[in-house]
Amino acid sequence: MATPLIELKDVVKTFGSVIALNGVSTSVDAGQVLCLLGDNGAGKSTLIKTISGVHKPTRGEILIAGKPVLFNSPRDAARYGIATVHQHLSIQPLMSVARNFFMGREPTIGSGPLGIFKIKDASRIAKEEMFKMGIDIRDPNQVVGTMSGGERQVLAIARAVYFGAKVLILDEPTAALGVKQAGVVLKYIAQARARGIAVIFITHNVHHAYPVADKFTILKRGQSYGTFMKDEVSREEVLAMMAGKDELDALESELKEFDRADKAPSSPFEAGAAAQKAIDSQR
Amino acid sequence: MTQQADERLRQVSLFNRLLSRPEIGALAGALLVFVMFSIFSWDSSEGASGFLRLRAVMTWLKFSAEIGIIGIGATLLMIGGEFDLSVGSVIGITSLLVLSPIVLYGWAPWQAILLTFAVALLLGWINGSLVNGTGLPSFIVTLAFLYIYRGLNLVVTRALTGGATRVDIQALVGQHGIEDVPGAREFIRSDFLAQLFSGNVWGTPPLMKWLANIGIMPTQVFQILDPVTNQRVPTELPIIDGIPVAVGWWIVLTLIAMFVLQRTQLGNWIYGTGGQTESARNMGVPTNRVKVILFMITAFCATVLSLLQVFETGSSEVLRGQLKEFEAIIVAVIGGTLLTGGYGTVRGAFWGALIYGMIARGVEIVRWMPNDWFRIFLGVGLLAAVLFNTYIRKRATEAK
Repeated sequence: MATPLIELKDVVKTFGSVIALNGVSTSVDAGQVLCLLGDNGAGKSTLIKTISGVHKPTRGEILIAGKPVLFNSPRDAARYGIATVHQHLSIQPLMSVARNFFMGREPTIGSGPLGIFKIKDASRIAKEEMFKMGIDIRDPNQVVGTMSGGERQVLAIARAVYFGAKVLILDEPTAALGVKQAGVVLKYIAQARARGIAVIFITHNVHHAYPVADKFTILKRGQSYGTFMKDEVSREEVLAMMAGKDELDALESELKEFDRADKAPSSPFEAGAAAQKAIDSQR
Repeated sequence: MTQQADERLRQVSLFNRLLSRPEIGALAGALLVFVMFSIFSWDSSEGASGFLRLRAVMTWLKFSAEIGIIGIGATLLMIGGEFDLSVGSVIGITSLLVLSPIVLYGWAPWQAILLTFAVALLLGWINGSLVNGTGLPSFIVTLAFLYIYRGLNLVVTRALTGGATRVDIQALVGQHGIEDVPGAREFIRSDFLAQLFSGNVWGTPPLMKWLANIGIMPTQVFQILDPVTNQRVPTELPIIDGIPVAVGWWIVLTLIAMFVLQRTQLGNWIYGTGGQTESARNMGVPTNRVKVILFMITAFCATVLSLLQVFETGSSEVLRGQLKEFEAIIVAVIGGTLLTGGYGTVRGAFWGALIYGMIARGVEIVRWMPNDWFRIFLGVGLLAAVLFNTYIRKRATEAK
């Protein structure tokens, strides 16, 4: 088997007495989508911040193409081709697609901040790159605020890909999106994979993760619950591992109690009492 | 490059296309104010509008220019997401800083001007660095400096002049062999740097004479003092002697700022910094440096206005420039710049300044309109502009 593009070996991160990550190992190959699943507080954010250079691991190591690396800053990580697309913090809604696409990395004639911004080239490239990702933008001068939430995510992804990202970290890209919009983003994650990029897709939504992922790493309370290839697990199993089977079962029976109480309420008070009883019985 | 047509790009009517530009409100407002005052100032005895007489036009144009120059700085800064309330105090400081060395210590005007610009840029740098360093809103930081700079100016000026709060070029009489106040003015005007801030735009006085000769420009008979015979001689001269240099500065600075904002990397960074600072920083924009540069540009614009006023009036006062910071912000806001940053144009500020100047001078020209109305007009105009701008921005950002 080839060396994975990026590999985490037993990464530990502590903040004072808080153990945020306790020995997480996983890896991604080029052209593979790894889904990092976990409930709130599972350590997903800490893990991606560690990979993208915001935090340094307390112990353990990160390997890129087999070589151990140590990032001092997000810029450092970017130099190794690691790009992070945050949910909100990467797009300027009042600026045009082309200007957003090249924000901070404008093609210019002449150097220095007074270099002339080649806006025509920028518009053309932005349109082309968005087209490669499968979105045919109408007008590169349109304000990003007119685009849908999904399209904005795709713009951020296309931009990262254009500027040479080898590892793309997507932090909850579908969290704020509707079903259709989330579908749009998932399609472009598949596009990025087809272009040979290693994608790390962070989410707590199994239904978004399952169709597009090749591999799952499930985080729970700072520990890796395991890494599974897609053919090893079913959607339900992933969900069960993520939330905890016992807890889910308890939740289900609890909901059934509500259901029963709903069906035969002689008065609202009785229904309330039944609900209370159902909750008490779970304790 | 040929742009192939895209069938989803519907033909947007000219009206709708215009409506999605941030400066359109200011342009429409400027036209409205222009027409309004042209009608209001109609003088039936002369059969002409007082507002449109050439000399009146020059008056309101010059006033617009003065306010427009600091409006450019305020607009760029506001697009970058910050305010500068110390502009008025910087005007006060620089006015004394330029005239005091000339009058009190015998400096050449160009030396004093260079010193003034250097100090002004330093003040801008201090503003910007403190806003970055403290992380406080620039509104608070520069509000503090509104008082600090003004107070510092008062203390230093009183110490240097032995109690006065005013410096006048009259004090030049007796130095450099100068005999009278016109001589003092001539002394300053002959300096290669100072002449950029006084009189008319280079080349326009001969142009006016030429226009008068070919009959386009009306002329008037002035009583001119002949220096040889020391007698007043009636001379026919063009009704205006040239374009005031302030108007030249206004137009040139507007064009430069427009270019920087729309066509350079710095321009993109300014919009990004003001729109979402965090996001721009994530993309590698040095947002702190951008802000410092913007504060320095604002101070530069304030200094240009200050020098224009000093060399026109021939005097400096500690209290000069009061409330100018708000006028600059008003011009930017009327021009369609968003108070929260990230959106706006210098072109809009140009029209905003024109509105301001036309109203301010217009109420003086229209005889039946009390001068006191000026502020009411301005306040209503400001409110209308903000309402209109909010509407435009909604249109621009809503998915169609």
